[in-house]
Amino acid sequence: MAASEEASRSFAGLSDVSISEDIPVEGDISVPVGPSRRDDEFSTLDEPVKDTIMRDLRAVGNKFIHVLYPKRNSALLRDWDLWGPLLLCVTLALLLQGGAADHEDQGGPQFAEVFVIVWFGSMIITLNTKLLGGTISIFQSLCVLGYCIMPLTVAMVVCRIVLLFSSEGVITFAVQLAVVVASFGWSTFASTAFLADSQPPNRKALVVYPVFLFYFVIAWMILTYLLQQVFSKRTQP
Amino acid sequence: MASPNNLQFQEFEEAAELLSADPGASTLSMSGSNTPNTTASAGEDVKLDLSEDEEGQQESSELLGGQKPSGGFWTFEYYQSFFNVDTMQVLDRVKGSVMPQPGRNFIKYYLRSNPDLYGPFWICVTLVFSMVISGNLSTFLAERKNSTFHYRPQFHRVTIAAVVIFMYAWLVPIGLWGFLTWRQGAERQIGGYSFLETVCVYGYSLFIYIPTSVLWIIPYDWLHWMLILIAMVISGSVLVLTFWPVVRDDTKVTAVATVVTIVVLHTLLAVGCKLYFFHAATSPPTALPTSSTLHNHTTLAFKTD
Repeated sequence: MAASEEASRSFAGLSDVSISEDIPVEGDISVPVGPSRRDDEFSTLDEPVKDTIMRDLRAVGNKFIHVLYPKRNSALLRDWDLWGPLLLCVTLALLLQGGAADHEDQGGPQFAEVFVIVWFGSMIITLNTKLLGGTISIFQSLCVLGYCIMPLTVAMVVCRIVLLFSSEGVITFAVQLAVVVASFGWSTFASTAFLADSQPPNRKALVVYPVFLFYFVIAWMILTYLLQQVFSKRTQP
Repeated sequence: MASPNNLQFQEFEEAAELLSADPGASTLSMSGSNTPNTTASAGEDVKLDLSEDEEGQQESSELLGGQKPSGGFWTFEYYQSFFNVDTMQVLDRVKGSVMPQPGRNFIKYYLRSNPDLYGPFWICVTLVFSMVISGNLSTFLAERKNSTFHYRPQFHRVTIAAVVIFMYAWLVPIGLWGFLTWRQGAERQIGGYSFLETVCVYGYSLFIYIPTSVLWIIPYDWLHWMLILIAMVISGSVLVLTFWPVVRDDTKVTAVATVVTIVVLHTLLAVGCKLYFFHAATSPPTALPTSSTLHNHTTLAFKTD
């Protein structure tokens, strides 16, 4: 009885809620002050839409910054999301379009081919990591591999901008080659920094090699696009 | 007599304890130590022991050749047992496939009843991409001076290369294993190789083609054919050294025919890949659009070269 009186006193403001005083009302419906539960539907349902979107955008941006300065940090692994990888994959696939001058027989990667290579490749690498005894979960691994495509996408953007402004053949291509190779090394290094901890030490190289191959293939797709652009410009009078 | 029976019983207990502690260990020692010493009379004893101890395991161990996989094929651990290798082991096996020695059987010396799928799978993937990329680069370097040349990445070749190489790496071992098992008849467990070991040998034997395909970028035809010859000798000898001890007990004709088939199929793969992906001195069939007469003249000139 004393408990119910206390409870009804603390909820005096909720006078429109009809709770009979005979029935003891117990329980704690205050928001917990411990570690905040982000996906607790009660607390996020009432906030404005802008807040919800900004929270996710901030998480995605935070992860981009983590890829820029890769430290052995578990924050990226703990709160995984796949928005970043999707955004990067779509951007890369769009940038790789519009290749040759004659569009009937491009030979370059179609939009779907880029998607298949990125996602299918990530899936296979994740499976390989788990089969070798890794402790990382599937979505965490997909998240890391997807976010670490960012240096290559940035390189693609930079190279396309360079293409807009320059007319020389070989020097342009040499610069672009250097940029792509540097970003490929950066991608591999960043993803290895995140994935390395989850493997037993005598199998690290077995896990790193497929990641290396994956980013190498993506770098190759970018390079062939640039080769096509640079050398078709040369042959045009 | 009482004491030999007691001794035998204790040995069984120990073996049972060992088996429960580590399911792979004692089965390894049994099959490993008995296989080379098998004669006709001892073979029956060994078979009896096998059927007494490992009735349940015989079905599942046929796939792996002695190492028992944990769980049924629907569990994840079953497939994890195929990836039970360390970096040093994989590097060792790759080294063994590149430097075959006449005394060493690849399966018995390097695999040692621990065949893996990591090596064959990633070697095939690397081979697919190295073939396509090197072919692309070699075409580019050879045709670059041609002013009407339009560089094309030709990504559809990745699909074709992947289909061809993966089919070779899986269908040929299936056929070979099936054939050898049929010829072995009742002596399956002794002397024959398990399916996974066959796939493993074929996968690792393809490794030598990766540096070969990279070296094929250099656009000289005689170099290409020399490299094919070297690669085939090395890779073929790995396969022949592995399969000859199994086949030699058969009739002479079958033995020679089997070995010749293995080598011929390997040759076909190498030559086919070379002809399709790498054109050193002839014009590639699909790269140049034939829209102008000037183009036709150029193509004709190349073809008559």
